[in-house]
Amino acid sequence: MSLLLDILSGLALLAGSLLCITGGIGLWRLPGVFCRMHAASLNDTLGTPLILLGLMLQMEPSLTTLKLVCIALFIMMTNPSATHALSRAALHGGERPLADRAAGAEDESSKR
Amino acid sequence: MLFATLIALLGAMLLILARAFAGPSVYDRVLALNMFGTKTVLLIAVGGHALGWTGYADIALLYAMLNFIGTIAVLRFFEATASDAREERT
Repeated sequence: MSLLLDILSGLALLAGSLLCITGGIGLWRLPGVFCRMHAASLNDTLGTPLILLGLMLQMEPSLTTLKLVCIALFIMMTNPSATHALSRAALHGGERPLADRAAGAEDESSKR
Repeated sequence: MLFATLIALLGAMLLILARAFAGPSVYDRVLALNMFGTKTVLLIAVGGHALGWTGYADIALLYAMLNFIGTIAVLRFFEATASDAREERT
């Protein structure tokens, strides 16, 4: 039973670390603000609960486990809403998505 | 496995910090700041568990809440500034 828990915890920690490092690479490599938001938001929203799940499987059931559940739920709720607010603010502030920019280049130049 | 997770978190934080310094627009910087806060919560949780601290979950929970509130506050500020600039231009 303990071995099974160890293997499950290791798998969850490994998947979470992989998602976190993928999010970092995506944030550094992708072009455009909205592509970077996509990489950051999706990877964080799944990677954080996976790492916390790996921690929960390693410890005895206690109040700390409940707090880690609270952190995971809180991040799963707030991270997409923060990214949504950020993309709204970026769109409002004049940033354009890359596809939109490529398609509407002629319209913009003729309008100004 | 905890050590490997810590190394992965630190590598991701390095990339995020590079984006926060190099980001072309201000929204890149805010995004990197938000993601850096999430990674800090994870670092506190994993490091506290690995080092055997007591009460690290409280700090991590508080940091997650502060991170969200801070991001929303900065966004409010920039949205108001952007709409002000647009009104002045027209």
